[in-house]
Amino acid sequence: MLKATRSHSTEIAGLLTARARWTVPEIAFWLVAFATIFVLPDRHLILTEIVIWALFALSLDLILGFAGIISLGHAAFFGFGAYAAGLLAKHGLIVEPVLALIVAGLASAVLGFFTSFLVLRGTDLTRLMVTLGVALLLRELANRFSDLTGGADGMQGIEIGPVLGRFDFDLYGHTAYVYSLIVLFVLFVIARRIVRSPFGLSLLAIKDNSLRAAAVGIPVNRRLVAIYTIAAGYAGVAGALLTQTTAFASLEGLAFERSADVLLVLIIGGAGYLYGGLIGAVIFRFAHDWMADITPQYWQFWIGLILVLIVLVGRERITGWTRPIRRLADRLGNWRPARPRALGASSREGGER
Amino acid sequence: MLTILFDGIAYGMLLFVLACGLSVTLGLMNFINLAHGAFAMAGGYIALYLVNHMGMPFALGLVAAFFSAAAIGALLERTLYVHVYNKSPLDQVLFTIGLVFMAVAAVNYTVGSTQQFITIPASLQGQIQVAGIGMSKYRLMIIAICGVITLLLQLALMRSRLGSQLRAAVDDQRVARGLGINVGAVFAGTFAIGSGLAGLGGALGAEILGLDPTFPLKYMIYFLIVVTIGGTSSITAPFMASILLGIADVAGKYYMPKLGAFVIYTVMIVVLILRPQGLFAPSRPR
Amino acid sequence: MTPVLETRALEKHFGGVVAASQVSLRLEKGARHALIGPNGAGKTTIINLLTGVLRPTSGEILLDGKDISHVQPYERVRLGMVRTFQINQLFGELTPLESLGLAVSERLGTGGDWWRRFGTRSSVIDEIGDLLERFSLVDVMREETAILPYGKQRLLEIALAFACRPRLLLLDEPAAGVPDLERQEILATIAALPDDVTVLLIEHDMDIVFSFADRISVLVNGEMLVEGPPAEVARDPRVRAVYLGETFDA
Repeated sequence: MLKATRSHSTEIAGLLTARARWTVPEIAFWLVAFATIFVLPDRHLILTEIVIWALFALSLDLILGFAGIISLGHAAFFGFGAYAAGLLAKHGLIVEPVLALIVAGLASAVLGFFTSFLVLRGTDLTRLMVTLGVALLLRELANRFSDLTGGADGMQGIEIGPVLGRFDFDLYGHTAYVYSLIVLFVLFVIARRIVRSPFGLSLLAIKDNSLRAAAVGIPVNRRLVAIYTIAAGYAGVAGALLTQTTAFASLEGLAFERSADVLLVLIIGGAGYLYGGLIGAVIFRFAHDWMADITPQYWQFWIGLILVLIVLVGRERITGWTRPIRRLADRLGNWRPARPRALGASSREGGER
Repeated sequence: MLTILFDGIAYGMLLFVLACGLSVTLGLMNFINLAHGAFAMAGGYIALYLVNHMGMPFALGLVAAFFSAAAIGALLERTLYVHVYNKSPLDQVLFTIGLVFMAVAAVNYTVGSTQQFITIPASLQGQIQVAGIGMSKYRLMIIAICGVITLLLQLALMRSRLGSQLRAAVDDQRVARGLGINVGAVFAGTFAIGSGLAGLGGALGAEILGLDPTFPLKYMIYFLIVVTIGGTSSITAPFMASILLGIADVAGKYYMPKLGAFVIYTVMIVVLILRPQGLFAPSRPR
Repeated sequence: MTPVLETRALEKHFGGVVAASQVSLRLEKGARHALIGPNGAGKTTIINLLTGVLRPTSGEILLDGKDISHVQPYERVRLGMVRTFQINQLFGELTPLESLGLAVSERLGTGGDWWRRFGTRSSVIDEIGDLLERFSLVDVMREETAILPYGKQRLLEIALAFACRPRLLLLDEPAAGVPDLERQEILATIAALPDDVTVLLIEHDMDIVFSFADRISVLVNGEMLVEGPPAEVARDPRVRAVYLGETFDA
């Protein structure tokens, strides 16, 4: 029996680590992304926006796709990071953008840590309300303390220093794009590493069946606090990037619409496999342009329509289009991604016969 | 001081009429309808159009607001909502946010984004003095109307067949069907009444709250707070919550204008922390 | 000697309903203890109280003489108290491989590693291989759990508990609804547990109970009716009355 176990061991190790191996489509994805630096030099302003949305959606994916936490107020951390970066730059506290970005991200993570305890208990519904409440509260605060934030007019007079003290932000957004893309890539690699770790897998287990998760010794609450904190930090970095690349921070970063939009971005691309937010951001941005062309000003209507249709048709079917890609990745990398279905649906379905 | 109390009560009762439909869909039908405010907005704009532009009497405008919002509610319930009842909370949220966005944009497109006010008859303008307290006639009317509605609702839920059918349908849909209750019709009826009341509230509140396309988003949190604090097991609890919220909001804005809605949001979060389970899902033994 | 598990006057009320009343249990180290009783007697409630899924209304639960009434469920697992569920509670979207890997990692204290890739610890891997063998799960180890046949799911349910290396194992009808072949496997594995592992078994099947247990407690309407060695319990007129008086639903 021991011998048999040995021979299985290599197979098992192979199967388990295969999840973490980089696949050809993934590498291709990033090659294309970096190629845009040279191929689409006149699109860098839009591409920067896409990267920021992608990072923001990635952060939501960490809690929604992997831990099953629904949030209606994820913009709280985005906006917080945006203001943090703005304040750091405006008052010359930290002039170098990368360091400021890290500090802003950490500030959001701290906020995430303290608010995470509010989302631990209760149903999906209470989580929705608490996250929504926190975001609204922050927005209200930012609005009231207008001497600090600029209130409804936004924070003016932000000057961003050169990245690493060498690369100045230019009018065409070249520096901004390269900078943002590298930040996205680094954070993506970290996120990827995290979700493929024992910790990351335990999150999937919690989302799947938290009762059982506790019964095999997983400290459910502690894990949720951890991922919520990390995701808040990611969202904060996304917000800080927006401030740094536009030299502006406003209440919009905290608005409910932003929380709703990021949900849409993630849902379009599919939650639970990390690339959903990235792909969703690309589609969202172009759809935004296209719809704004038809009826400028009223594109919100089309956003709403898309949301309604997505639900009526079924998210499973909508994001089904990514399945061939993922199946390909699966075959090449032997990796079976988590299915992006009915998040927040009954989590006790695993054991039914 | 007493005027603030009076205004707060009027405001709270208005909130109750606006939100009680949500309390029913959420508590009994277990559905998260973030688009509830859209029905209120619909009622408000319809009343405003009929009264301001068609010269309809104000009272009739209110009635029209109720019935038109109820009709829209019933229509949407049968055609769209019915497909979403059994979906996950995330789907319900996405769906109803989508509806809100559509409603906001559509109203923005048709009537513009400026805030509008309904013309109220001269007999309802001004104040009367009761025991030295200045009371706005209009707010007195709101208190009267909302009070009557609350009583009717309470009676209806306790006495009428719809009330018991609704409770049966919610407890166990299969059993209810077996008893010959038309679950679909019961849900549609409930939804329509809830929407109608929201519409009526929207029309009544157009004077106090103002009416602009972002109404559903602006007041969504208020409705949710009412339901959160009040719970959904009865009519009286959300009613009390509405009154408290109304008074707290009016007083907060009067005494601490700098803090604004801060107080209310904080209260909501604190309540959610203290009683996260008991609010929506009664903890049931496993 | 300090008993491994002891409850003192354990009570659980749901509103006005008393689900467990003055329950006092005592399990010595290595005990093979069975808890039986008619449907609705409160057996699963007791397990839920012991594992911390439910909070007792009053009373104490002692593990190795220490009060654990306020210890979190997952910490009780780490202390060595592990359960199986009457109705499968599995990770439907994960494979048996991953599920067992998680449980083993948690036990070894490496479950919180967030930088090390999953599946790179040889200690974890060898143990998963061993568990897959013992529970005949090798052939389905890479399938999604949700699509496994019921018998395999049941085996995984038990295997997950074993992966936690229990010192005290609470088995809630482990063989319920299992096809005969897998049933024998499950029972054999339970019988082969080391002597120093203490077992509390909830079971309807009297054959299993009497072949396995060295002590039996009978729970009726949330109260302990009788406790003693199998032969004594089988003779007890009150137990007979309970089982004859009601529909015998083994």
